[in-house]
Amino acid sequence: MSNAVIEVKDLTKRYGATVAVDGVSFSVGQGEIFGLLGPNGAGKTTTILMLLGLCDVSDGEARVFGHDPMREPLEVKRQVGYLPDSVGFYDNLTASDNLHYTARLMGIGAAERTQRIATSLARVGLEKVANRKVATFSRGMRQRLGLAEIVMKEARVAILDEPTNGLDPQASLELLDLIRSLKASGVSVLLSSHLLDRVQSVCDRIALFNAGKIALIGTVGELGRQVLGVGYAVEVEADGGTDIAKRLAALSGVRGVETPVPGRFRMICDRDLRAEAAAAVVAAGGRLKQLSLDQPSLETIYTRYFQSAQEARHAA
Amino acid sequence: MRRSGSPWQGLGVVTLKELSDHLVSARMRVLEWLVVLVALAAVYGAIRQVRDITAEDPFLFLRVFTTAREPMPSFVAFLGFLAPLMAIGLGFDAVNSEHNRRTLSRILSQPIYRDALLLGKFLAGLAILAISLTALWLLVIGLALIMLGVPPGGEEMARAFIFLAVTIAYAGVWLALAMLFSVVFRSPATAALVTLGLWLFLSVIWPALAPAIAEAVVPAGHQAALIVTAQMLARLSPATLFGETVMALLHPTTRTLGPVYLSQLEGAVMGSPLPLWDSLMVAWPQIVGMIAASILLFVGAYVGFQRQEVRA
Repeated sequence: MSNAVIEVKDLTKRYGATVAVDGVSFSVGQGEIFGLLGPNGAGKTTTILMLLGLCDVSDGEARVFGHDPMREPLEVKRQVGYLPDSVGFYDNLTASDNLHYTARLMGIGAAERTQRIATSLARVGLEKVANRKVATFSRGMRQRLGLAEIVMKEARVAILDEPTNGLDPQASLELLDLIRSLKASGVSVLLSSHLLDRVQSVCDRIALFNAGKIALIGTVGELGRQVLGVGYAVEVEADGGTDIAKRLAALSGVRGVETPVPGRFRMICDRDLRAEAAAAVVAAGGRLKQLSLDQPSLETIYTRYFQSAQEARHAA
Repeated sequence: MRRSGSPWQGLGVVTLKELSDHLVSARMRVLEWLVVLVALAAVYGAIRQVRDITAEDPFLFLRVFTTAREPMPSFVAFLGFLAPLMAIGLGFDAVNSEHNRRTLSRILSQPIYRDALLLGKFLAGLAILAISLTALWLLVIGLALIMLGVPPGGEEMARAFIFLAVTIAYAGVWLALAMLFSVVFRSPATAALVTLGLWLFLSVIWPALAPAIAEAVVPAGHQAALIVTAQMLARLSPATLFGETVMALLHPTTRTLGPVYLSQLEGAVMGSPLPLWDSLMVAWPQIVGMIAASILLFVGAYVGFQRQEVRA
């Protein structure tokens, strides 16, 4: 990818004999939301810390906007906003004082500081509590304050480590909306998580981590094809008509058709065949009642992948 | 491998933030009260005593610092344990509290190096110590002026000023030690206990232990070697170094801090004070020793911090 903002090649981190990250390669494009997905301890956070230059790289290389985080960490950290796993603030300071401190560390001028802080707090919906001590903040508010810091920094890449971890459903939905709005303003996002449905709903592409390696990488659909062997399932409900199942099966790109109940058909196909299926039903003289596309859920992919990985291990 | 960018970036910001944190903290309130009470207690005791003794002492003013009146220790003795206590109180949770509040990785993801964070914390702590100790010093001098009614001479003031600088350096040693342990131990309570334990050991137990160790090491019959060894061992403790420096500075008649050989006494006028410069030279190795100790301890903390994992 030519417009990649983050490029990682064979990145490796060893702690003595244990390998935490083992030859990981991926790249994140401009304006993309990229998810690092995997169980705890799979090496996601270590990868992130290496990208920020907060952790030494044992082998391989990482580039953020073409800068090496090991040699030019300040350049990298100037352009990257980081929200660590369960982020902390100085409890004895107010929300805006906390941001003032980091704004000074970023080297934002005094005149601009106040204005940027006000805008970013408003953007995450914390403007009413700007002068309250962070000690009184809930977890969701702290996470949002962390995002406000990234907004204030005007970072071009946001790295979020387990952003929705420990949030109630409402708070995590709000947070995901904020993440989408980051993307809308042109920020590339790298986020790590083990919460599958959340990741699926925001990420453009996903890297599935397992034991320090990237097992799979791609969009949810691509991962589904790789793991489950299917890309799309189209469900058709129709009345009347003759030989609908046969006609559907004859369409090109269809792997198979099931009939769970009479009048309902489930097609497994390589691509989205909804339009063709509708035409086929009508051509067979049937009345089309419902047509839906069923993407494999990330959860199914994830569970299946780790099941088969375990089976492979047992077999070996 | 060289890294680009200045390690000082953000140093001023961190220092100012830590300073303002210290200034509004409850710890500072306690320190302020300690300063006032210690000044009152020490000066009151000393001045009652000084009035009784001769008014012909050419360094009468310095006696206010060094005179003790039972049951109160002298001001210098007070400082000998107050300064380390203040320093440890300011430094024991410098780094580990950032870990525990989970602010460390967030702060370090800003465009600064770890150098700035650690050095900023050290400088802020040292500034607070300097402010408190200077306030204490001025209080004592002011009280002494009022109660004694004798203005100090120029040399006395110079000696008193150097004494203040030495006390700040002495506090710096303990601040660096406390910060080292705040890097090593993740729990602030452990760090505080270990630092306090080491302080007690070095300032109370070690001076008593040093002669015993010397006796065990030096073969019997070498009286001079025994004394020298015991002294060398004792000087491993910053408390000993501070005590000796203060001795040389505030008692101008002190000619040497080691054993005196008869040959050195030839032509000496016993009991006559040394000029300021010579007193300073007598204590110079001790002063350098204290500064070197704080630098070494800070370097230890620095290396430990650089190698530390940021994640909580």
